[in-house]
Amino acid sequence: MSTHASTRPVRWPRRLVRGLFILIAVSFLALFLLLPLAIVFIEAFREGVSAYFATIKQGDALSAIRLTLLVAAIAVPLNLVFGVAAAWAMARFEFHGKALLGAFIDLPFSISPVISGLVYVLLFGAQGWFGPWLDAHGVKIIFAVPGLVLATVFITLPFVARELIPLMQSQGSEEEEAARVLGANGWQMFFRVTVPNIRWALLYGVLLCNARAMGEFGAVSVVSGHIRGLTTTMPLEVEMRYNEYDYVGAFAVASLLALLALLTLLVKTLLEWRYGGEIAAHAPGGH
Amino acid sequence: MRKLPVLLALVSTLATATVVAKDVTLLNASYDPTRELYRDVDTVFAAQWKAQHGDNLTIELSNGGSGKQARSVVDGLAADVVTLALAYDIDAIADHGLLAKNWQQRLPDNASPYTSTIVFLVRKGNPKGIKDWPDLIKSGVQVITPNPKTSGGARWNFLAAWGYALKQPGGNEAKAQNFVRQLYQHVPVLDTGARGATNTFVQRGVGDVLLAWENEALLAKQELGNDAFEIVVPSVSILAEPPVAVVDKNVDKHGTRAIAEAYLKFLYSPQGQEIEAKHFYRPRSPDVAKQFAAQFPKVNTFTIKDVFGTWRQTQAKFFADGAIFDQIGPGT
Amino acid sequence: MRHRILPGFGISLGYALTYLGLIVLLPLAALVWKASGIGIEGLIHLLAAPRTLAALRLSFGSALLAALINAVIGLLVAWVLVRYRFPGRRLFDALVDLPFALPTAVAGIALTALYAPNGWLGSWLASWGIKVAYTPLGVLVAMVFVGFPFVVRTLQPVLESLDRDVEEAAESLGARRWQTFLRVILPMLAPALLTGFALALARAVGEYGSVIFIAGNIPMRSEIAPLLIVQKLEQFDYAGAAALSTAMLLFSFVLLVVITLLQRWSSRWMEKTR
Repeated sequence: MSTHASTRPVRWPRRLVRGLFILIAVSFLALFLLLPLAIVFIEAFREGVSAYFATIKQGDALSAIRLTLLVAAIAVPLNLVFGVAAAWAMARFEFHGKALLGAFIDLPFSISPVISGLVYVLLFGAQGWFGPWLDAHGVKIIFAVPGLVLATVFITLPFVARELIPLMQSQGSEEEEAARVLGANGWQMFFRVTVPNIRWALLYGVLLCNARAMGEFGAVSVVSGHIRGLTTTMPLEVEMRYNEYDYVGAFAVASLLALLALLTLLVKTLLEWRYGGEIAAHAPGGH
Repeated sequence: MRKLPVLLALVSTLATATVVAKDVTLLNASYDPTRELYRDVDTVFAAQWKAQHGDNLTIELSNGGSGKQARSVVDGLAADVVTLALAYDIDAIADHGLLAKNWQQRLPDNASPYTSTIVFLVRKGNPKGIKDWPDLIKSGVQVITPNPKTSGGARWNFLAAWGYALKQPGGNEAKAQNFVRQLYQHVPVLDTGARGATNTFVQRGVGDVLLAWENEALLAKQELGNDAFEIVVPSVSILAEPPVAVVDKNVDKHGTRAIAEAYLKFLYSPQGQEIEAKHFYRPRSPDVAKQFAAQFPKVNTFTIKDVFGTWRQTQAKFFADGAIFDQIGPGT
Repeated sequence: MRHRILPGFGISLGYALTYLGLIVLLPLAALVWKASGIGIEGLIHLLAAPRTLAALRLSFGSALLAALINAVIGLLVAWVLVRYRFPGRRLFDALVDLPFALPTAVAGIALTALYAPNGWLGSWLASWGIKVAYTPLGVLVAMVFVGFPFVVRTLQPVLESLDRDVEEAAESLGARRWQTFLRVILPMLAPALLTGFALALARAVGEYGSVIFIAGNIPMRSEIAPLLIVQKLEQFDYAGAAALSTAMLLFSFVLLVVITLLQRWSSRWMEKTR
C-alpha cells in the first residue's frame, strides 16, 4: 500500500534497524550490567571454588540469608496490596489532589537512603517521639526485625503502584465498565477483568520490589544495629565483611544476592512460558 | 500424691543448679574491623567466666563505623559495652546520659586497653622513597587517606600529621596548618572510610602512599594476601587510643554490670593483651609488648592529650563544620 | 464523575491514604520537626554555603542527566526486549533488575573496579584521555546504573499491552516507521516513560552507597549532597542533617509534582486523540 515509496528517501530495511537496535541495547546491557556482575563473581571466586563455599558457610551468612528472605516476605505483600489499592484509586477515578497523591507515592524514592532509616529512628529511637513509651512497654522496633521491615517497606513502597498506574491509565476502564454492566460484582470484576489485564505489571512490580527489598543497604543499616547473626541482612553482611578486609567473603555474599535476583527472574520466565498464550488472548485489542 | 516429695526433691536440685548456671547475654558495640579480635576475646572470656561463675555467657557483637555505632547506642541500641575508635564518640553517648561523664577515668590508660599508631603503606620497593612525613608533600606524590569528617579513624591521620609538623624545630600552629594543607592537596580521592581508602590504594592502584592505622595496615597485608606492599613507620606519629566503656544505663537495666566490667578488665589482663597483640593492636603491658617486639617497630608517639587537649576541643577546633579541616582540606 | 459505575473508590483511596500516612508521612513529619531545630536563619546559612550549593548542583545536575540517559537507553532496551526475539534475550531481561538486587556498596565497588585507571574499561578510556572514576563523570555512571531498571520496567508492561493494530493501521496507511513511532507509539508510552524518568531521577538524587566509592568525594568538585548529610550525622548534628535532607526532599518533591502533572496532561491528551 506504500504508494509514497518512490518519493521517500531510502527506507532502512526493517532487519537492519532491528539489528542495530538489538546491538545497541545488548552492548549497553553488557557494558553497564553484565560487566559489574562479572566483577562480583570474579572477586567471589578469586581464591577458588572451595574458598567460595567455605566463606558462604562460615559465620553469619546463613542467618543473614534467612533474615533477608523474612524481611522481603513481609514487606513485598504489604506493598503489593497498597500498590493495587493506590493504582485503582488513581487510574480509575478523578479526585482533587491526585497529582499530589502521585508525588507522595514517589516520595520514598527521592529520600536519600542515608535519611530514610533515620526517619524511623526519629520516631521510634530512644530519643524519638515514641521511644520512651516503647521502652516503658518493652517493645523493640529499632535495632530489631520490625525496624528492618519498616525501613524496607518504606524504601520499596512505590514499586507496585508505579508499575500499575501508567498501565491502567493507558488501558482505560472500558472492559471493567462492561463487566459491571453485565452484572459482575466488584470482586468478580476485579479478579476476572482487572487482574488478568494487569498481571504482568503486577509481576514486574513485585519482582522489582523484591529485588530492592533484598538489596537495600542504606536505610536498613541505620535501623539494624548491625548485631551479628541477629539483625544483619545480606547487604549488611557484605558491608561488614568488606570492612574487615574479608574481600572474598564480601563478594561471595554479594554474588548470592545477585543469584537470588536472577532466581526471581527465572520464576518470571517460567510464568511467561506457562501463561504466555493467555497473555496474548487477554491483551487489549486482542478481543 | 506419693510422687510429690520426689518431685519436690527434683525441682530443688534443679533450682540449686540453675541458681549457679544462668544464661547471660552481653552486647558489645564495636567499630569496624574488630570482629576477629573480639571473636577470640569473647571465646576465651566466656570460657573463663563459665569456669569461675558457671554462667553460660553469650557475647553478641555489633560492628559499624565508630560514629554510627555511637549514634545507634544513643538511639537505643542496647549495648552493654562500647569499644570504639575514638573518645569523642563515647563522649557523645555520655552527653545523652547513658554513662558517666568521667568514663575515661574509670579504667587505666585513658580507658584504652590497646593502642595503635598511624603508619604509611607504600608500594613494593618504596618507589617514591617515602620515609617520613615531609616526603608526603614532595611533588608527584599522591596520598590516600579517608575523609576525617566521615571516618573517625581518619581523624587520627590528620592529627598525626599536624602533631608531627608542630613538633619540628621551630614548629608552630601556622606551620602545622601549612603542612597539613599541603598534605591534603596531595590527596586525589577522599574515601568515606578507612576500608574504602585501602581499597582505592590496594585494589585500584591509586596513590603512592596510604595513611593507615598500623593494625589495619597489618590486617590488610595479611587478609589481602599481598606482599606487593611495605609498611613505613614515620619518625613521629600519634598514639591512637581506641577507648572502651561500660554503658551504665544499659547494664543497670540488664543487670549485667559485674560481667560487663569484668569483660573490659579482661582486655587489660595478660591473656587479653596477648590476643590483642595477635590481632595487631599494640598492647599496653610491657611484658606482652616485649613478646611481640618483632611485629611492632619502635616509634616515637605523642598522645591527643599531649598536643591537643581533650577530644571535644580537638573535634571543635579541627573537624566541626567550618573548622580547620573545612578551611584547608582538598577542594578548598 | 465519569466512572461512577466502578466500585471501590472509597476503600481503595482510604486504604492507600492511611498506609501512606503511617509509612511515609508520619516519619517525614518527624524529619521536618527535627529539621525545624536549626531555624530559618540556620537553614539559609546552610543552603547558601558555597559547598552546599556545589554539592546540590552536582547531585541534581548529574541525576537529571542520568535520568535523561536512562530514558533514552531504557526506551530502546525495553523496545528491544519486548518486540524482538534474539538469543540471550531472557538473560538480558533478567539483568535489568540487577542494580536493585546488588547492595549499592557492591555496585559502587564493582563499578569503580571497572572504571578505575587500572580497570578493564578505565584503562581503555584513559588511553582516550577520559577519566571516569574519582571524577564527576563517575557520579554520573553510578547514577545511571542505580536508576536504570526504572525506565525499562515501567515501559515493558505498557509495551506488552500496546495495541499493535494501531501501528499496523498507521503503517498500512503509509506512515513511515518513524512517524508511526513519534505520532502513535510515543504518545501512548509517554505516561510510563515520564514515570520511569521521574523515578530514575528521584533515586539518583539521593543515592549514596554506590556513588561514594567512585566519586572521589573532593569538596566543591565531586562531593554529593547526601555525603554532606552523612558528615553532619558524624558530628551528631541531627538537626542539620534533617534540614539538608528536608531541603533536598522538597526540591525533589516539586520535580515529582511537575512530572506527575506532565504525565496527566499527556495521558489526557492521549485519551482525547483516541
